[in-house]
Amino acid sequence: MTVQIAVALDDRSFAASHWAGAARLADEARLDFVTFDDRFGRPGPDAVLVASYVAPLTRHIGLIPVATTTHTEPFHLSTALATLDYVSHGRAGWQVRVSADPAEADLLGRRAPLGFDELFAEARDAVEVVRRLWDSWAEDAIIKDVPTGRFIDRDRLHYIDFAGAYFAVKGPSIVPRPPQGQPVIAALTHEARVWENLDADVYFVTPSDVDSAAKIVRQLPAGKKVFADLVAFLDPDQETAIRRRGSVTSDAAVFAGTPAQLADLIAGWAPAGIAGVRLRPGTPDDLTAITRDLVPVLRERGLFTPSTATTLRERLGLPVAVNRYSPESAHA
Amino acid sequence: MPKQIILAAHFPGVNNTTVWSDPRSGSQIEFDSFEHLARTAERGKFDFFFLAEGLRLREQRGLIHDLDVVGRPDTLTVLTALAAITTHLGLAGTLNATFHEPYELARQLATLDHLSGGRAAWNVVTSHGGFFGENFRRGGFLDHADRYVRAGEFIEAARTLWDTDGGDFAIDSSQFGIKGRFGVPRSPQGHPVVLQAGDSAAGRDLAARHADAIFSRHHKLEDAQQFYRDVKGRLPAYGRDVDSLKIIPGVSYVLGDTDADAQEKAHYIRRQQVTPQTAILLLEQLWNQDLSSYDPEGPLPAADPVLDEDDTIIKGRAGMFPDRLKTATEWRALAEAKKLSIRDLVIEVTGRQNFIGTPARVAALLDEYVQTDACDGFILVSHLTPGGLDDFVDQVVPLLQERGVFRTEYESTTLRGNLGLRQPEGR
Repeated sequence: MTVQIAVALDDRSFAASHWAGAARLADEARLDFVTFDDRFGRPGPDAVLVASYVAPLTRHIGLIPVATTTHTEPFHLSTALATLDYVSHGRAGWQVRVSADPAEADLLGRRAPLGFDELFAEARDAVEVVRRLWDSWAEDAIIKDVPTGRFIDRDRLHYIDFAGAYFAVKGPSIVPRPPQGQPVIAALTHEARVWENLDADVYFVTPSDVDSAAKIVRQLPAGKKVFADLVAFLDPDQETAIRRRGSVTSDAAVFAGTPAQLADLIAGWAPAGIAGVRLRPGTPDDLTAITRDLVPVLRERGLFTPSTATTLRERLGLPVAVNRYSPESAHA
Repeated sequence: MPKQIILAAHFPGVNNTTVWSDPRSGSQIEFDSFEHLARTAERGKFDFFFLAEGLRLREQRGLIHDLDVVGRPDTLTVLTALAAITTHLGLAGTLNATFHEPYELARQLATLDHLSGGRAAWNVVTSHGGFFGENFRRGGFLDHADRYVRAGEFIEAARTLWDTDGGDFAIDSSQFGIKGRFGVPRSPQGHPVVLQAGDSAAGRDLAARHADAIFSRHHKLEDAQQFYRDVKGRLPAYGRDVDSLKIIPGVSYVLGDTDADAQEKAHYIRRQQVTPQTAILLLEQLWNQDLSSYDPEGPLPAADPVLDEDDTIIKGRAGMFPDRLKTATEWRALAEAKKLSIRDLVIEVTGRQNFIGTPARVAALLDEYVQTDACDGFILVSHLTPGGLDDFVDQVVPLLQERGVFRTEYESTTLRGNLGLRQPEGR
């Protein structure tokens, strides 16, 4: 049984070389994707832009930035992520987040913080709008028809006419449909409220062991890709890894040990129905340990095989994104 | 030493400059196109790459405009990707002060400035009315008169954030009540370069007060010189010296083996830019009514333009005609005097400043404009994407270098350094 391997990058660096280095390490190790953490109000760069920066410097790896729906414009998010898909040739994703933090609301000054139910209802609308905007151009909307002088066939563009409780968006997008059709949408979930509201393709979950992993997978909607999050402190010497872990706590299980021991753990979790694991490096050095030391062990044991897919959707085994506005879709 | 010319490369946006029907025309969306133009500009030692922003597809007669290039990628996302594959080229993007928020945009621009090592620039524009607002939470919330108020306060807010060096801020102005921690350390340029476009008195004042450069649009040498004197004359009132604001018009160019050859090419290009269908649509923008039944090769409408500005036929672009009646009268007189059809007339009266001729002639003209204080440099808009700048870089840049009016190596790794702009001091 093989699993997919992803890494969560949670660094606060503003150095281009730092991000280029981290992304290239992960890309050269042929990991499946990296996520770039972010939220308003924390020190650190804008994650969508960091992902865009590393896109031309990498070839294979999926790029999934975090972006929060609470204070952002869905129209801007949709166009930025579609563009990330263009600059990465089909390797873009988006990890959706909401914010209940009053300090973040103060940064924008637009309104008081929302309650949890409203936050998720708004996020659900934002995801819906972003997805509709991605579909708002047919793949073949650009016709360049010299005899009639038309660059596009406007009948192949669609107003999305979304009107919800929190905002309304007319559309169409300004960006033609991105290479993947729909970039991959992901969300971290600890509870039903998340998956009941957010129409994601990938869920990051935080099981404590193989049994809890299996239980979570059973609860999630069918057809979704589930990645188990795991904080990783890796060292050839187990004692050193444990010492480096110290008393760190996390919402996810925290592993400290040798690459072989982590491979054992992943092998043990694989039958739970997860698509893969997303490793959160305990320190930036642990990214090096993952790519240099862990990946060869996983490959040797047949637990991990680099994908030959060129787009992130294909790599994750997600179905082709059918355009909801296309005539074929209407007949389906 | 003669004045040094500033050069920038505009990735042609959604207007009829780009001749998409040319077989050499590439994609307006694929990253390869942006990469090609940026690498060409950097090879030519250009100061910066310039990218516009789209917030909604343009409409005319209530329909999505379908004749010109339609659709474009997100500005900041493309610029940040270009930062990874260039080393000296400035990266300038139009970003609307109406439909962005200061904290978010200041953070994004500072991110770009960090990742590019000090090459970010922001062209500040404003919008009003409900057309773009229909794609945003806030709708069409801004009165026309408040556009520049918000833009001015937006720039001040962004500068305040950039000056915190990652620390705390509190802004309480007529448009913004925001506070918290910025979280981005001071970026390599201190403040990304601020460009501004807009020709009204309020726009000129905004630029004189806040901008590092103006993206202007003046067609004739004398007009450009007058604009230059006017704007630079406004600087002392804000405690600024004349070199702290650069005036950089958007211009196009056509090169040929001989001047006659270039003129012939230019004529052909204009016919491609203004097709019969495009001519009618452009005329409708002045007449403000449906003229689809008119023959583009026939005479102008006898009736006057519709003046109701609340019900314009165009949506999503700035009204270019402050006095429709006066302009229509002038156009009619011109068409009668020169016996021009609708299409010929539109070709005659539209288009930007165009430098046409042999490379030597174009180099001399550009130099003349800069040395006689009509401008400080140019934002070049080619009619072909993405290869339209290649011949300029290969043929004109070396001549400007020979004249000693354009660099042979970058002076600096930052855009401010290359433009000769001072680094703002922190507060």
